[in-house]
Amino acid sequence: MKELLAFLPILPEIALAVGAMGLLMFGAYGGERVVTTIQGLSVVLLIFAAVLAAMLPDSRFGTSFVVDEFARFLKVLAFLGSAVAIVMSLDYLAVEKQQKFEYPILILLSTVGMGMLISANDLIALYLGLELMSLALYVVAASNRDSIRSTEAGLKYFVLGALSSGMLLYGCSLIYGFTGTVSFEGIAEGSKHPGIGLIFGLVFLFAGLCFKVSAVPFHMWTPDVYEGAPTPVTAFFAAAPKIAGIAIFVRVAVGAFHEIVPQWQQIIVFVAIASMVLGAFAAIGQRNIKRLMAYSSIGHMGFALVGLASGTAVGVQGVLIYIAIYLAMTLGTFAVILAMRRNGEMVEEIGDLAGLSRSNPPLAFLLAILLFSLAGIPPLAGFFAKFYVFLAAIEAGLYTLAVIGVLASVVGAYYYLLIVKIMYFDEPVQAFQPMPGELKAVLGVTGLFNLLFFVYPAPLIEAASAAAKSLF
Amino acid sequence: MASWPILSLTTFLPLVGALFILALRGEDETIKRNARWVALWATLVTFAVSLILWWRFDPALPEFQFVEKHAWLGGYGTYHMGVDGISLPFVILTTALMPLCIVASWLTIENRVKEYMVAFLVLETLMVGTFSALDLVLFYLFFEGGLIPMFLIIGVWGGPRRVYASFKFFLYTLLGSVLMLLAIMAMYWQAKTTDITVLLHYSFPRDMQSWLWLAFLASFAVKLPMWPVHTWLPDAHVEAPTAGSVILAAILLKMGGYGFLRFSLPMFPIASHDYAPMMFALSVVAIVYTSLVALVQEDMKKLIAYSSVAHMGFVTMGIFAATTQGVAGGIFQMVSHGIVSGALFLCVGVVYDRMHTREIAAYGGLVNRMPAYAAVFMVFTLANVGLPGTSGFVGEFLTLIGTFKVNAAVATLATIGVILSACYALWLYRKVIFGKLEKPNLAGITDLGYREVAIFVPLLVLTILLGVYPKPVLDISATSVSALIDGYQQAIGAAKSAALVK
Repeated sequence: MKELLAFLPILPEIALAVGAMGLLMFGAYGGERVVTTIQGLSVVLLIFAAVLAAMLPDSRFGTSFVVDEFARFLKVLAFLGSAVAIVMSLDYLAVEKQQKFEYPILILLSTVGMGMLISANDLIALYLGLELMSLALYVVAASNRDSIRSTEAGLKYFVLGALSSGMLLYGCSLIYGFTGTVSFEGIAEGSKHPGIGLIFGLVFLFAGLCFKVSAVPFHMWTPDVYEGAPTPVTAFFAAAPKIAGIAIFVRVAVGAFHEIVPQWQQIIVFVAIASMVLGAFAAIGQRNIKRLMAYSSIGHMGFALVGLASGTAVGVQGVLIYIAIYLAMTLGTFAVILAMRRNGEMVEEIGDLAGLSRSNPPLAFLLAILLFSLAGIPPLAGFFAKFYVFLAAIEAGLYTLAVIGVLASVVGAYYYLLIVKIMYFDEPVQAFQPMPGELKAVLGVTGLFNLLFFVYPAPLIEAASAAAKSLF
Repeated sequence: MASWPILSLTTFLPLVGALFILALRGEDETIKRNARWVALWATLVTFAVSLILWWRFDPALPEFQFVEKHAWLGGYGTYHMGVDGISLPFVILTTALMPLCIVASWLTIENRVKEYMVAFLVLETLMVGTFSALDLVLFYLFFEGGLIPMFLIIGVWGGPRRVYASFKFFLYTLLGSVLMLLAIMAMYWQAKTTDITVLLHYSFPRDMQSWLWLAFLASFAVKLPMWPVHTWLPDAHVEAPTAGSVILAAILLKMGGYGFLRFSLPMFPIASHDYAPMMFALSVVAIVYTSLVALVQEDMKKLIAYSSVAHMGFVTMGIFAATTQGVAGGIFQMVSHGIVSGALFLCVGVVYDRMHTREIAAYGGLVNRMPAYAAVFMVFTLANVGLPGTSGFVGEFLTLIGTFKVNAAVATLATIGVILSACYALWLYRKVIFGKLEKPNLAGITDLGYREVAIFVPLLVLTILLGVYPKPVLDISATSVSALIDGYQQAIGAAKSAALVK
């Protein structure tokens, strides 16, 4: 019995993995008929895993897997993000006749990887989690087998992802070589007197992680994959994997390398500035809304990394608040993108939203809320997200970063405003087909969350604060 | 009664009205009618509640009154509201002008009436909140939040170049404000609080003051607007619907001046003192240059917009003179300009509604067909010029006296602006009102209707009343202003003696 209790920390991941295997068997024998059941059960399983993850006490599995407040906070977000992604895919897959039972199962497996990644406390667990998450993502990116663009997106993602995994592994091997250990505590001990080899390893490790969160200069795959992948897959990519990526980034930086903050701070400062600026400027010319969201997410990762750049508990708190609010904003926006269907065809140009405020006022209103929130205009939630990361940057004295960051947010506001302009100032074109109920629910909840966050923000802020303190 | 949160009530009542309008259901025509009436009643009730504030306000106390404080942002900010003699006049000004704006839009707005009224009511909440917030983060929230409804008001119900104007308005203001946000954060880490009441008595180190002051300037200079960052204002004014222009000129601009009074002067006194010459220079340029620009305008709204920039120059000049008369004059000038420029935009709206053009050349000889309009327009034109007996005179006179004590040259140059304002305002008046009624399409133009008279009467009464009896406004702010000046002088004195010791 005692041996079994040792597995308690990874109970949510075990539940997900076993559940995924069971559903796989069910699907393999049940065939087409049971797809809807599998989709439903996957969502239930993810919610169950989220509840389980939230209830686990502080514990660890050896040195490689740790459950703390930080892990609980992010696992709940990531699991819920995956669950919502499955819910949002239901109507799309049914209409496009792509209902395959493998799709929710791949998302489940990818989510197991995310759970592993969020709790990883040594380099081996980190790599296992990362690959488990990524391999499933490569497959879902190419899940529309008959579409050239989807296949291309999957292949591109796989090749570039493999390259970044290689760099990451090379970094891990250098770090192991120069500190003699893979555990984060050991690395922290060993990095008290850092040599050039360790710094080298750190740079390669960070390069691999930057790829996963699509931060500049490792962002090139993002627009193509976002545009090429089926829209529900894009919605999934933009949400849960980003949370896991940011989580491991934070844990490595402040967990394993807290002794050499100045060494990595400059890297993160550069990456954050480059991401914010590129995300802001490159999005201006985009007309395809999925590509636009790709650049928007690059920019948002830059803003989230501003919090990490400070290397303080306040900064990590800022990152956590940012990523939680980002999740809500992104899922809501993708709910609208998934509802952009006219005469049975999906449309993806921002011009297709023209006059939405008259053809569908509630939809336009909620999307406008989300866009203003993405732009970071108070009193919407997106403002508070930016507020806390910049608060940390100012505390750490990173004034240049903060000033460039807020200026980039003004540039970024331009293209969000452009969409609002198209919806509110332009003459209406043909209305969209009625929005499916589950998308309405996702949009309604996320939109109201963004609108009303300022009324009672304390719970999220305090939870993030507790989660951040658990790392220090 | 004492336990009622009257200030929050004033702030959020319009929002309740907005929610009510959103809930309206039924036929299109019914919705339009009901939306107008709900908006009117919401603003009227808000005005009535704000009068309770005025009535119960004790002008003898320098501290904040009607204070409310609740936990809000988990340790980083509180919901802290309150008014003193500096902010109360602006709260009343806002609530008083809103019903007039609603009435002014009664028939001119035909499309999307529901959304229009909601945008105005939300805007009112944000404006009142800006003037009564006592926490920096809360202030920023209200201050910036106003961008969204105003962006939509200009963009949806505006003129032909509304898209350009609304983007310019939004991005200009946002650009200025984000730097202020960083300054707010820096203040938080220095003082460990964002509570304005505490920060008013906190002394920041000298070199930090300088940076903070500049960051706040970036925001308020754009908002006020000061030369050379005023260029968004003429565009926004010209394209906005009449009521939007009124709110923009009468209240949104005042947020900049209020910001200087609430933050720059008391929190960064040394920096204010150091930068005062620059502010004087910018003010004088604004007064003289934009008056000259106003002289050559062909669009009535643009002319008034440039005259607004010039009048705001008097405000910054008076504020940074940092004398009792200068600051009191600045506040009075803002209140007076709120009434007068609002009324002038409404005057333009009257003829625009009839002829659908704002070109000065399209009019002439209106006095023949519209005697009542001519009289009303004359009073506000003269008030804009600053004729003694109108409210415009008191503000300009006080700011000039206050500045003269500090810097005679600046005051003298600014006086040129008064002459120039007479030139452009009277020129506009002559072109539009006097002369022969020659243009055939003006032959059938009608004089003011009942609704328009109802809008102008309160504004006329206020303009003349405050011109001959400015005591109510000056009294309300007197104690707060002298407390502000005392604190400022003390800080400057301390800095000077510290410099001597070195």
